[in-house]
This record gives sequence, structure tokens and C-alpha cells, in this order.
Amino acid sequence: MRREGTESPESMLNVALPKGRLGEKVYQLFAEAGFECPAVLENSRKLIFENPEAGVRYFWVKPSDVAIYVARGAADIGVAGKDILLEYRPDVYELMDLGIGKCRMAVAAPVGFEEDGARTLRVATKFSRIARDYYAGMGRDIDIIHLNGSIEIAPILGLSDVIVDIVETGTTLRENHLEVRETIVPISTRLIANKSGFKFKRAAVERLMKGLGGQNG
Amino acid sequence: MELNLSVMDDLERISFLLRGLYQDHGFSRYRMSKFEEYDLYSRNKDFLMSEGVITFNDPSGRLMALKPDVTLSIVKNGRDIGAGLRKLYYHENVYRVSPGEEEFREETQVGVECMGQVDGRALSETLRLAADSLELLSSRWVLEISHLDILEALTDALAAEDGMRERILACAGQKNLHGIREICREAGLAEGAEGSLLALLENYGPPRKVMPAIRRIAEENGCGDAARELGQILAPLMGSGLEDRLWVDFSATGGLKYYNGIAFKGFLEGIPEPVLSGGQYDRLMRRLGRKDRAVGFAVFLHRLERLNREGGHAE
Repeated sequence: MRREGTESPESMLNVALPKGRLGEKVYQLFAEAGFECPAVLENSRKLIFENPEAGVRYFWVKPSDVAIYVARGAADIGVAGKDILLEYRPDVYELMDLGIGKCRMAVAAPVGFEEDGARTLRVATKFSRIARDYYAGMGRDIDIIHLNGSIEIAPILGLSDVIVDIVETGTTLRENHLEVRETIVPISTRLIANKSGFKFKRAAVERLMKGLGGQNG
Repeated sequence: MELNLSVMDDLERISFLLRGLYQDHGFSRYRMSKFEEYDLYSRNKDFLMSEGVITFNDPSGRLMALKPDVTLSIVKNGRDIGAGLRKLYYHENVYRVSPGEEEFREETQVGVECMGQVDGRALSETLRLAADSLELLSSRWVLEISHLDILEALTDALAAEDGMRERILACAGQKNLHGIREICREAGLAEGAEGSLLALLENYGPPRKVMPAIRRIAEENGCGDAARELGQILAPLMGSGLEDRLWVDFSATGGLKYYNGIAFKGFLEGIPEPVLSGGQYDRLMRRLGRKDRAVGFAVFLHRLERLNREGGHAE
């Protein structure tokens, strides 16, 4: 039997939320926009929660994995930092800047560091692609040292000259005698959607965006 | 001995149904070699959907490649016909590294290419064939259609240089309106300069709902001809019963070095990526020294492995 239009008869909107305080803040925004599911904030080890009445299913995932869940269609929508979107370039819609989780991607170096333009610059980072693109734009020869954490200690131990990392308040940098040299790009939290899922759950996504005060509302 | 059709798996059945559909519409089979000189791909790198090409030296020392794409070979090896249409279909394997992946994969695609005097009627028929291809796969599909000449005109009105143009087009493809606002703000454009482009991108959906606004935006920005052409291409599909599943959506973009005119992508419910992609590529033809106009599309069979057969017609 043919169904009219393109809206999915499956009414659940699947939402990937980043685990942690930011995800909880995002959930509050979604709940205020009409997509409530109080069990989400219960202190339990459960990772998937649904509220059929509100037509929403939430799941907690590692923040850097949100874009993968959305790009692969396991989630219709999700919330991810611009840093993740720039680094992994998932093929998704970036529907809204939620204006929260604000920070910046920056180059930091030991206080007093003087760059020697005649030598290859050693850059320690979790964000290899962002760093490579940034320095390629300046025609600078660099050696990327990909690390998965504690980036700040790399220049202290002589592993790198500078780091490219997310800077929020700058406290960690200061405590490790580092300072911001350049801001590469401002970062904030974005609402993303799977390109196919959006076609079939348009009404729900647009209702959420309207509730969040978005451009298509 | 009779052929036992039950030995075919779903993807084989689908490929034969699509090939039958294209043959019924006057397309003839085009077969090609698995290899092509690497030079063809290195000169047209941006056209490829792949982040890499598998290369090897043939016995005479030429650097060859396992085909990452079909259209380039058809264009390169074809000859202009001027009047009339040359209608081809293919069923080929290509070897690609898809964006975001790290491994080469063998991918199967079935597609059509229509070259020659490609006019509005040929474009309508190609869109209809794309819609019929999706209908063959599932009853739950959307074919999104844009007109790149309109998108290009509105982008060029904002972008002073290629880098900015590419960034704006990338944002358009992501429905990232806040990103376009930010790019224009950084470039020091007057507040609201991007208004027409944002309005174009915000108007997506079935043609009867969005075409009046798109015509108005295009008229106001000196590209009314392209909007009228889009309306004429879509007109034969109105009243076909398919029109609610056609979306005019200007986030369907394509590389403007190669593509022009209409561009389209097909989606099936439950499949996260587009299963069909196509459009006009007169600019690619010019780059390879061809004078004919051209339009075509491919169905990516490897993306159909997880298709829920309940809504499909392929059974």
C-alpha cells in the first residue's frame, strides 16, 4: 500500500547525544522544544531511552562518535562540536549552531617560544586534518605528531614545538606555561542530521528546529 | 535447460530490473575495459567520488588505473553526434576510496548517459527515468533536484574569489545557513547580502510548494531563465503520481567545474546515503574536448545491500 508524501510512518526521531555535561544541556534544550524524555537524566547505566508519546529516542554516545552515528543513519540527528565536523568531515547536514559549548581551535606554544621559519615546525595535535589545512593555507612545512590526549605536555617534553588544540578558558595552557599564539577557528555545538533521514522525518526535525529557535522554524 | 531465476540474489535481481528499464527506454549497453590511463583521472581529480586511484604499469610502461569512475571513460572514448541523442547504459564495477574511508572498495553501479542534443525533453525524460529507478527499488524514496546555474549565480554574487565560492557551496550542500552568514560576515559583505541565497536554500520540498518562491528569487537575481527551464523540465512529471516525492532542493550541489544545469540525488528510506546521483555535465564534456551536451545518473548498487525489501518492488 502506498503512503502519501515522504514522511516516515516510523514516528521516532533518533537522536545521538554526546555523553557528559554538554549532552545534558542539549537534552534540556530539546526537552523544552517538545522532545521530552525524562528518563534520559536518570542516574543509570542505560544508554538508550525513548518516549513514544513525544516521538523521540535518545542515546548517549562518545562525543567524537556522534557524527559517525548520524552519517551512518543509526541516528537521524545528533549534536556535535564544530571541531569534530571539521576534522572528520562527515557527509551530514549542519542545520543549526546551538551557540553552546563555545571555545576555539588554537595554536599554542611555550611562553616565549620563537618560531624558526627555516625549520620544519613540529605540531602535536588530536586534530591532524585541521592543523594540516591551517598550515597548508600558509604554505608552512610542518611535521604532524598525532596524539590522543595530554597534548599540552608535548612541547614541554620537546616532542613538538607547538600544539593545535581546543582552548576554552586557557587555564590548562597557563598551568603548563603555554600561551595561545593564533586562533584557527571558533568552535561551538552544531545540530547535525543524516541527509537521507532528514527527507523522511522532515516534520519532526523542523519542529525541533523551530522549538530551538532555528532558521527553518 | 531453463534459467532458474531464484538463484539470483537481491542485488543481481535489481541490476537486471534496472537494465531492463533502461533498455525499454531506448538505451543500449556500453561495455568498457576495467582499466584506463591514469592521466585521465589525474587531470580530472575533482570529478572523482574517490579519494584515491589504484594504479599499475602495463607491460609497455604506461601508468594505468583501475577505473574509479565510469562517466569519464564514456566521455573520453565517445564521439560527438551533434543532432539526435546517444543513449547508453552500463553495469560496471569501480574501485574507490569513499570520503571518510581508508580502504579501497569494489563498488557496482548501474547507470545511464545521454549525450548529443540534450534538450528540455531529454532532461525531463532522464529525471523521470531516475524517479522510475527509485520506484523500482522502494516505494519510500525522495529525488532531490536543483539547478546549478541558479545556485552558481547567487553564489557568484557573494564570492569574490574561488576559495570563498567553494566554502559557500560546501555550506549550501550541508544546509548550513549559519555558515554562509559567517563567511559573508568575515568577508565584510553588507548585512543581509546573502539573503537571496539563504531564501533559495530554505525553499525545499515538492515543486508545487516551492517553485513560485524559487522563480521569484531567480527573477530578482537575474537568473529567471534557469528557473523557467527548471519549471519546464519538471512540468511533465507533475500529475504523474510521483510529484510529492520530487523535492526541489538546492543543497543538491555538484562541482561547478564539471556540472551545470540540473543536478539530482535519490534517497531511499532506511539507506543513509544517496543511492542515485546524477545531472548535466556539459562542462566536463568541454574539458575533454567534446561539443555535445550530456546528462546521466548512476545507481550505487552496493548501497542497496541493507534495503528493507518490504517496501520495494524488486521482488
